[in-house]
Amino acid sequence: MFGAALLAALALAAAPAHAFIAYVSNEKSNTVSVIDTDSWTVTKTIKVGQRPRGIDFTRDGKFVMVAVGDDDTIQVIDAKTQSVVDSLPSGPDPELFAQDAAGKILYVANENDNTVTVIDLEKRARLGDIQVGVEPEGMTISPDGKTLINTSETTNMAHFIDTSSRQIVANVLVDARPRFAEYKHDSSEVWVSSEIGGTVSIIDPKKHEVIGKVTFEIPGLRKEAIQPVGIGMTKDDKTAFVALGPANRIAVVDVASRKVTKYLLVGQRVWHMAFTPDEKHLLTTNGVSNDVSVIDVAAQKVIKTIQVGELPWGVTIAP
Amino acid sequence: MIRWLAGLIGFGLAATSALAADPVTIGVGYLAIAGTRSTLSLVEQPAENDGVAGARLAIEDNNTTGKFTGQRFTLEERRIKEGEDVVQAATALAEKNGFIIADLPADALLKVADALRERGTLLFNAGAIDERLREADCRANVIHTAPTRAMLADALGQYLVWKKWSRWLLVVGSHDEDRLFADAIRRTAARFGAKIVQERTFEDKGGARRTDSGVTQIQRQMPVFTQQAPAYDVLVAADESEVFGAYLPYRTWDPRPVAGSAGLVPRSWDASQDQWGAIQMQNRFIKLNSRRITALDMQAWTAVRMIGEATSRTNSGEVKKVTDFIKGPDFSVAAFKGTRLTLRDWNWQLRQPILLVDGRMVVSVSPQEGFLHQVSELDTLGYDRPESKCKLK
Repeated sequence: MFGAALLAALALAAAPAHAFIAYVSNEKSNTVSVIDTDSWTVTKTIKVGQRPRGIDFTRDGKFVMVAVGDDDTIQVIDAKTQSVVDSLPSGPDPELFAQDAAGKILYVANENDNTVTVIDLEKRARLGDIQVGVEPEGMTISPDGKTLINTSETTNMAHFIDTSSRQIVANVLVDARPRFAEYKHDSSEVWVSSEIGGTVSIIDPKKHEVIGKVTFEIPGLRKEAIQPVGIGMTKDDKTAFVALGPANRIAVVDVASRKVTKYLLVGQRVWHMAFTPDEKHLLTTNGVSNDVSVIDVAAQKVIKTIQVGELPWGVTIAP
Repeated sequence: MIRWLAGLIGFGLAATSALAADPVTIGVGYLAIAGTRSTLSLVEQPAENDGVAGARLAIEDNNTTGKFTGQRFTLEERRIKEGEDVVQAATALAEKNGFIIADLPADALLKVADALRERGTLLFNAGAIDERLREADCRANVIHTAPTRAMLADALGQYLVWKKWSRWLLVVGSHDEDRLFADAIRRTAARFGAKIVQERTFEDKGGARRTDSGVTQIQRQMPVFTQQAPAYDVLVAADESEVFGAYLPYRTWDPRPVAGSAGLVPRSWDASQDQWGAIQMQNRFIKLNSRRITALDMQAWTAVRMIGEATSRTNSGEVKKVTDFIKGPDFSVAAFKGTRLTLRDWNWQLRQPILLVDGRMVVSVSPQEGFLHQVSELDTLGYDRPESKCKLK
């Protein structure tokens, strides 16, 4: 008995970290790379439509949705067979999208016609459009599902949209070319990255006001090279990771003080990121160097680089 | 009460009501000379709405944002015909428009700037690339979105030097603006260590740009004109007047690439530029104007977008307030060039990357890697602060 328990404990200790499956969209090669987080290797490359960028698992983990902008649609990949099985009726040039907590409604930013398209995921049908600013891009939904936030790149605003009425309730001006929005898990703040402005604006979602900004400074690097895009926040809301594009770094930000505590050197032109569900690892897509960096979240260190397709852009990991 | 509430919400700079009360109208004027110049290439013949078409798109973009900020932008276009008084036209345009986008020759622009100074109208020079407008003849009420000849020449020169094509055969046209461009190219060569192995002048003897006899003569003339040159890597043509430049590629005596006014051309913008999110903007332009965009269109678009950027940041349509913001230290504008664009505060020239294009593709974008600067690498293009002769007044 004792021996069996010891054996079990030994087996547990020796067992590798739980393996997850990551999907990476490769903007240039029109493929999605499938990465096994146990072996950290690409296990499959799936052919998709033209210019795949925004990518996300459905809430049930059965499908992966990938926005193929130049084909004006969102393709659906079956996670079991790892092949494209369907497409969703988005508007022209979909780039990023967000789904509600139940995984029933999908909101898609269509860069080409200043709208957000609302899609019923079960029926795979278009429910309507919401007019927003010029070049909508970043999308996120409040944890309670009541508020959708869309950022528009040339209007330079975060639009707060009531998901029940589908009306804009507030517009918050942020720095130039806002590309990505992320809620804190406790709903108290929304973080919006501004690629050209070079900052992350922190918005109070109740007052609809910018209450703070994260700024970045890297010795020896010119200011223009610091172009914040993707943001990832740990579940305890203590640490945020911000991808800085052509600065080739991920900034580690202390959420409480809004100060950068560390810069992690990753591949070239880092776009987006995704945590493994156990939050042990963070994967970043590095556009120009055609690879994915693996960050040990606790140690705040880059531990691995994986070659993927050309110009990797988005990443999602099975729940 | 509702109105009062809406006003109160609208007052806050950070949050603006989606249902703003009466929108503030911001008038933008567009002032240019009527008619278009002739180009050697039919494909490059400018449309009649060259320039103003870009302003129109930016007005639409600003108005999309304006829906959320309670601002409405209007555009009034005025084309000056031969014999008309430019100052009179500008003054009339300034009645309703606090901002004027100008595509005028240097002398006309200076007259307009001086005439409108007291009034407080802010002018944007979207067309003239003359150095003197940013140097000895600079004006405090003129913002320049057009690049200068020196910026264009430096952008090209940096690439040629990077490519190690550092021996240049310079061919200059016989008109004033050709000579000015040649001056800029000589300055670039001296700055970046290129050598002009020889200079030749191509005399404009007049004549039509298009004839039924076609290219047979040109095919014989161009090789002869370029023969017996000292060893060179690239032919640099200074032909802003469109007399011979476009005839040179593939016709030089020695098999050498052509750059400058033909071949590899430095421009603020091009219809083929699709990096940094430009594709959406290109699509919007084609949809609105049923043609492709030019550099002049983009220079006008940028000017109108600068106004829109400042009015939304200041939450105001007041010319003085908007002007102060544009000239302030926090101003920048995004214009699909991969970096924020800011103003040189010593002469109000917009800093900007310059594209090097071959008519079909963007070959490169300057500043090139390795050309360093203590303030902004964009200041490796054109005259820098310490060299400037501008005294803003």
